[in-house]
Amino acid sequence: MTWTPDDTWIAATGALCALACSLPGCFLVLRKMSMMGDAISHAVLPGLAIAFLVTGDRASLPMFLGAAATGVLTAVFTQWITRFGNIDQGAAMGIVFTTLFALGLILIVQAADHVDLDPGCVLYGAIEFITFDTISLGPLEIPRAALVNGGALLLNLIVIAALYKELRLGSFDPGLADTLGFSSGLLHYLLMTLVAVTTVAAFESVGSIIVIAMMIVPPAAALLLTRRLLPMLLLSSAIAGGSAVLGHWAALVLPPMLGFERTNTSGMIAFTAGLLFTLAWIFSPTEGLLKRHTAASGPPGDPA
Amino acid sequence: MPTLQDILGTILLQSYNTRVVVLGTAMLGLASGITGAFLLLRKRSLMGDALSHATFPGIGIAFALMISAGGSGKALPGLLTGATVSGVLGVLCMLAIRNTTRLRDDVAMGFVLSVFFGTGAAVYAMVQTKPGAAGLESFIYGKAASMVLSDVLLIFAVGLLVTATALLLLKELTVLCFDEGFAASTGWPVLTLDILLLVLVTAVTVTGLQAVGLVLIIAFLIIPPTAARFWTHSLRRMLVLSGAIGAVSGWLGASVSALFANLPAGALIVLTAATLFLFSLLFGTARGVVLKRIDQSRLQRRIGRQHLLRAAYEILETMGQPVSNQPIPRQRLLEHRSWANPELSRLLAQARHEDHIEPGPNPSLIHLSESGFGEASRITRNHRLWELYLITHADIAPSHVDRDADLVEHILGAEMVRALEAELKPRPVIPNSPHRIPSPP
Repeated sequence: MTWTPDDTWIAATGALCALACSLPGCFLVLRKMSMMGDAISHAVLPGLAIAFLVTGDRASLPMFLGAAATGVLTAVFTQWITRFGNIDQGAAMGIVFTTLFALGLILIVQAADHVDLDPGCVLYGAIEFITFDTISLGPLEIPRAALVNGGALLLNLIVIAALYKELRLGSFDPGLADTLGFSSGLLHYLLMTLVAVTTVAAFESVGSIIVIAMMIVPPAAALLLTRRLLPMLLLSSAIAGGSAVLGHWAALVLPPMLGFERTNTSGMIAFTAGLLFTLAWIFSPTEGLLKRHTAASGPPGDPA
Repeated sequence: MPTLQDILGTILLQSYNTRVVVLGTAMLGLASGITGAFLLLRKRSLMGDALSHATFPGIGIAFALMISAGGSGKALPGLLTGATVSGVLGVLCMLAIRNTTRLRDDVAMGFVLSVFFGTGAAVYAMVQTKPGAAGLESFIYGKAASMVLSDVLLIFAVGLLVTATALLLLKELTVLCFDEGFAASTGWPVLTLDILLLVLVTAVTVTGLQAVGLVLIIAFLIIPPTAARFWTHSLRRMLVLSGAIGAVSGWLGASVSALFANLPAGALIVLTAATLFLFSLLFGTARGVVLKRIDQSRLQRRIGRQHLLRAAYEILETMGQPVSNQPIPRQRLLEHRSWANPELSRLLAQARHEDHIEPGPNPSLIHLSESGFGEASRITRNHRLWELYLITHADIAPSHVDRDADLVEHILGAEMVRALEAELKPRPVIPNSPHRIPSPP
């Protein structure tokens, strides 16, 4: 195995993206909405298609805006259906994203009559190829994906730092938040906008697998290790960053060992995150499987 | 554009290809509608989403194993087995997370979805360089329109099996969905039932995935049951309706796609189901939004009328005993309750429309009609009876009783009123208010 400067960029970009996704992911997991990342990454299709049909061009900015707008709409529609229909949030989410995806497919087929527009290549970037698309910044050639994900991370950090207290309250007790005068509805939509922007920025540059996995797995693992929000955010970031770096390393090391040529870095990052989650699940000092096992098999009546 | 004859021919399944596709998707809609109903009740609608992604690594690994065993690598039974095994592993992993941590269903599903899908992507990228791997992904993005007879036979076999199992275990699954704790405490094998239900879902998902694709099978498991929920409160009726909505979406959607060759069948079926959902959300007879709104506004109107008439009666009481029907200054009414001016005007117009108020030349003097006066004394009497009942039998302080009475009196039935009267005899025909009545000015 040879680790090249390109590999450093890939691992670094993966880590930036993982951090950017895991921060809002913590709030999604706490609000029982962890499937939102998956829903948004499917639901943006009509936004992309409409942006393309309107501008007739595959330029990034209109596409990005179209996708982000549809992402926010997904959250809005989900909220409406949940409230007016009085049904389970998961079901509402599923209805919205499958319908939007189907609508997007039909629009794309219409657009594809005029020009080649393959959903596969318009939609999803691949983290392996980010070093082919660089931007010169002084003496440095920085991959565009690193800048995009760094920007998304910065945005998430700023919003979460500025509204930390409100977001915390809104996640644990929306009723109290409303009573104290922070609109929990407004906070909800703000968070959803953040999720939509992060999701679109990340999957456009490095692919959807990392986004979906990093919004759920590191926060879930962190939640097994702590019950406090700030440690959870920090642990989740550490697990996300660790999965990205280890995952890319594993993607280089593992295939030769199994007799294959190469594998998919995003997939390995998700797999590594899954392994880290499993470690937390087994060894968590407060509620890991080991702890539960020893507690359950201890002598009866033992207060320890 | 298709002619009328084309449309009829397609809907009535006259062409062979259409018949295959339409029957296959309709059967799949039926089976997933029924299994999806249980998922919805267990608040696990996105299970289909998690499961269909969780089959991904199994497909890649089955392919690699079959290649190394010297086979073609794309034998359908092998791939289906791989998908099922990995789907079941995903389900077990999800149940393990749910039962041994405090993470909720949605996190467990999201974990399985993303980690299995990522692993699948890694496995797929590894085996991609092997000969014959091209086209493996069509397994994930199956196309409804290219369904062949063997697919339909498989769908029918699995669909009938799943439907029959679900109906045979209807009682057990019902208990599991509505009261898991009760089921466990009375000795039902809850975990086994849970696994069994998810195995049924896995069977439907894997079959559907290969035949019609990922997004359609997710939609099939969620949309029909949710739509059916708006029409009924009974599980049996919901199952029948959900199956029917799934089947009809499959039939109509596939028919439309047969008419417009370039539109993807899966997407059209989802949109058909979504249209049926929207219709149910609005007009459903059990929980539909429109009916709920109508009910609410009817109740609001009734409460408004009762408040107005009671206020009028209470003012008449202050104008002299015995209470007689005389004109009431509008200003007194406005002061009596905290009504806004336009609200009072609306209530008065409504009362005039219902003939409770005499149409008079002077809008600032309100004169109750004969029936309005009778209604007002009846309403006031009910309110007082209820207040007395609360004071004597429910130990509620007289100062708090008005609001409590107000919450319940609008839904008092005639039977209840009779019971209250019997309870509170002997009393004057219209009892006095327990509140201090302001002395007449």
